[in-house]
Amino acid sequence: MDKAAKILKKPFTMTLIAIFFGFLVAGIILAAAGYPTFHSLSVLLQGVFSGPKHISNVIIKSTPLILTGIGVAFAFQTGLFNIGAEGQFIMGCVAATTVGIVCDFPPVIQIPLVLAAGVLAGAVFGGMVGFLKAKFGIHEVLTSIMFNWIALYFSNFISDLKRFHKPDTMGTYAINKSGYTMILGSWKTTKEGKEVLVNNEFLRDTLLKTDVNAGILAAVVLAILVSFLLYKTTKGFELRAVGANRFAAESTGIDVNKNILHAMIISGGICGLAAAFYITGNSPHGIATLAAFENTGFNALGVCLIAASSPIGCIFAGLLFGGLLYGGQSLQYEVGAPSEIINIVIGVVVFFVALTHIIPPLVDRFSKGGKNHAK
Amino acid sequence: MAGESSEYAVQMHGITKRFGSFCALQDMNLNVKKGSIHSLLGENGAGKSTLMNILYGLYQADEGEIFVNGEKVDIKNPNVAIEHGIGMVHQHFMLVDDFTVTQNIVLGNEITSHMGIVDAKKARKKILDIVEKYGLEVDPDAKVSDISVGMQQRVEILKALYRGAELLILDEPTAVLTPQEIDDLISIMNNLAKDGKAIIIITHKLKEIKASSDICTIIRRGRYIDTLLVKGVTENELATLMVGHEVKLVVDKTPANAGEVVFEIKDLIVKNDRKLDAVKGLSLQVRKGEIVGIAGIDGNGQRELVEAINALTPVASGHITINGKPLENTSPRQVIDSGVSTIPEDRQKRGLVLDFSVNENCVLEQYRRTPFSKKGILLKKEMEEFTKELIQEYDVRPEDCGSRRAGSLSGGNQQKVIIGREIAMDPDILIAVQPTRGLDVGAIETVHRTLIRERDKGKAVLLISFELDEVMNVSDTIAVIYDGKIQDTFKQGTVDENTIGLLMAGGKNHG
Repeated sequence: MDKAAKILKKPFTMTLIAIFFGFLVAGIILAAAGYPTFHSLSVLLQGVFSGPKHISNVIIKSTPLILTGIGVAFAFQTGLFNIGAEGQFIMGCVAATTVGIVCDFPPVIQIPLVLAAGVLAGAVFGGMVGFLKAKFGIHEVLTSIMFNWIALYFSNFISDLKRFHKPDTMGTYAINKSGYTMILGSWKTTKEGKEVLVNNEFLRDTLLKTDVNAGILAAVVLAILVSFLLYKTTKGFELRAVGANRFAAESTGIDVNKNILHAMIISGGICGLAAAFYITGNSPHGIATLAAFENTGFNALGVCLIAASSPIGCIFAGLLFGGLLYGGQSLQYEVGAPSEIINIVIGVVVFFVALTHIIPPLVDRFSKGGKNHAK
Repeated sequence: MAGESSEYAVQMHGITKRFGSFCALQDMNLNVKKGSIHSLLGENGAGKSTLMNILYGLYQADEGEIFVNGEKVDIKNPNVAIEHGIGMVHQHFMLVDDFTVTQNIVLGNEITSHMGIVDAKKARKKILDIVEKYGLEVDPDAKVSDISVGMQQRVEILKALYRGAELLILDEPTAVLTPQEIDDLISIMNNLAKDGKAIIIITHKLKEIKASSDICTIIRRGRYIDTLLVKGVTENELATLMVGHEVKLVVDKTPANAGEVVFEIKDLIVKNDRKLDAVKGLSLQVRKGEIVGIAGIDGNGQRELVEAINALTPVASGHITINGKPLENTSPRQVIDSGVSTIPEDRQKRGLVLDFSVNENCVLEQYRRTPFSKKGILLKKEMEEFTKELIQEYDVRPEDCGSRRAGSLSGGNQQKVIIGREIAMDPDILIAVQPTRGLDVGAIETVHRTLIRERDKGKAVLLISFELDEVMNVSDTIAVIYDGKIQDTFKQGTVDENTIGLLMAGGKNHG
């Protein structure tokens, strides 16, 4: 009993329970709306797992979510709720696109340049939020919501500029090909490349039918780096101390305001990096005129919540999120269920993750109940 | 064991209460006679408050019975308790600051005329009757935010009496009062008891038990120890029963061997959150090898003074120096690096990061220094070793708590971690603010001994406390703060409690 209780109290188990309940509620809603529950759920799972192509697409879809999720988690560890991830992501896209279009160097220079542009834009945008909080005490949620709108309209402004706007489309030109980060992107469109790939089923499915990009590798490396920074360095110690108790941090000599500023710069930079990989790795390799937010940054908040602000956890939470978003599409065209049902699943999972704090006391109560019976 | 009888206001028999696997109370008994003042004495965590919360219906007992006036009752919630004439005054008052005294008293129990309109006149009359009967002097029309803490406590007592309380539970009633206010409270309690009401006081202050109570029940680790007539026992005997072994109540120390002035404050002015002067031209000196204690009631500028010393709040004017080096308006880190260590008043807010491990908390100031980090990388092993030594030296329990959350330690052990950490900084001056707040007798003894040991090593110690006894016993020099200024300073032994109490309340010293 004690062992079971211990396992149940682990964050990982609690998250799995939350996911289970998310699907349970989604199943109930599907049934209530008159769709075949088990068929629908199996379609959803098949949409994700039924082949390398699908898995590959899930990874592509998840990459920006993972990266942005790590960005949000970083701020969270310092006690900041970076709801501005959306705006920082947009600014990263704008910077990566403009630099990618204007410059045209060989890939060894072009790719780092475009990525750096994205990071810088995100870092500046996040840093401004941090500055306003550190200097004037303005709450980061307020400023970053405003900054999100500034980013949205700034992005539309850039997208409409003659220098960048591609005629007869809704967006900009694509960035120069030297900035692309798809894996073997240029080789696979050559004749030899195609021949090799067509003959290998796995490679054909993953490389030819989808655009796998280097972003996922960057995400994994970054998750490890950020974990190291947070838990193994003095800087991370300061950041976490400020996040966990800013008053104690202040009293023991840690500069709270400086760390808030740093956390927001780094968090914004990571969101900008996510954006740069998104632009360089996914067609149309440019920005489109936005009527509304595309929600990458907002979804990243959900990713971070499911991952309980753990950078490594963001990889899995991001894959779950991306998988659900991607699988939701097949639910739509095979069962005819509205794709909103996926938003419900995600919402319920996040809701139950937030509720996992009630599991330990529940476990205690049940295990105590068990003992009473045993008497 | 007394049988159920209406001679008793309340009888609790065989009360057992468990929280999870922890047994907070086991087979506990309490019999309170009508018209008596009954103390419930025990260390922190002994189960005093749990027992009273059961009586007041905030918790349910797992086993045991409760009788009120000889009748068995089932107290499911506080409303049932109030119906049975049980009233409770909590340690932290539950009053609406912006309401008048009258409004606060009637809140939730308004006398109404037709159509639900509050009859303020009738309520006022009823309150004034109670005020007169028991000598509970309060202005019924004053706003709660404008009256003193002692007055607020009376309002709480009135609230209970207004609801017809025959049994009054007072949780640590003297913690916030000046000596004079404590005397007043005791005389009010006597008036109430004369009228046949029963009073239970939860406390761990022995002196007050002697001064106020008739009977005392001692509880240790959730178990009933004894019930005694207070007249026949000494404070020392009570302490021994409470702790389970002998304790020294009087602090043992040799005369101070004070050296040159290390730490000096001159004409300091500090503003509070509302931009009003809280420290108003305060001057103070602390010498090497000397403990200076600042006595005063909460809210007379102590917090702002400490924050200014630690550079957490700006200094409007004046100087703070250590070894001649100015500290005012620098940064907390500079203050620490200049040799000032502080045991903060609020250990959970300012002292510890509760979600951090004990290991991490032990190096909260030193993480950047060797050997705890190298080139920005934390060295976990060195941190753990340091913590292990600190745990051993200061007897932090449980012994293997290094990797546990600091928040999982008890209050006393949290305090030991902070004290150990601050002393390990090897400061020139150690500032201890309310260092024994919420600690039990045994832990208090340890803290006081530690402060004296540091003094004997030649350190300067500044003790700021709201407990007059603590300042009087531990300090070599006693300074009294009132309204942001030091009113007067005395050498230990040249002044009595009443003089200090008077100065603390703003009176003049005519001695």
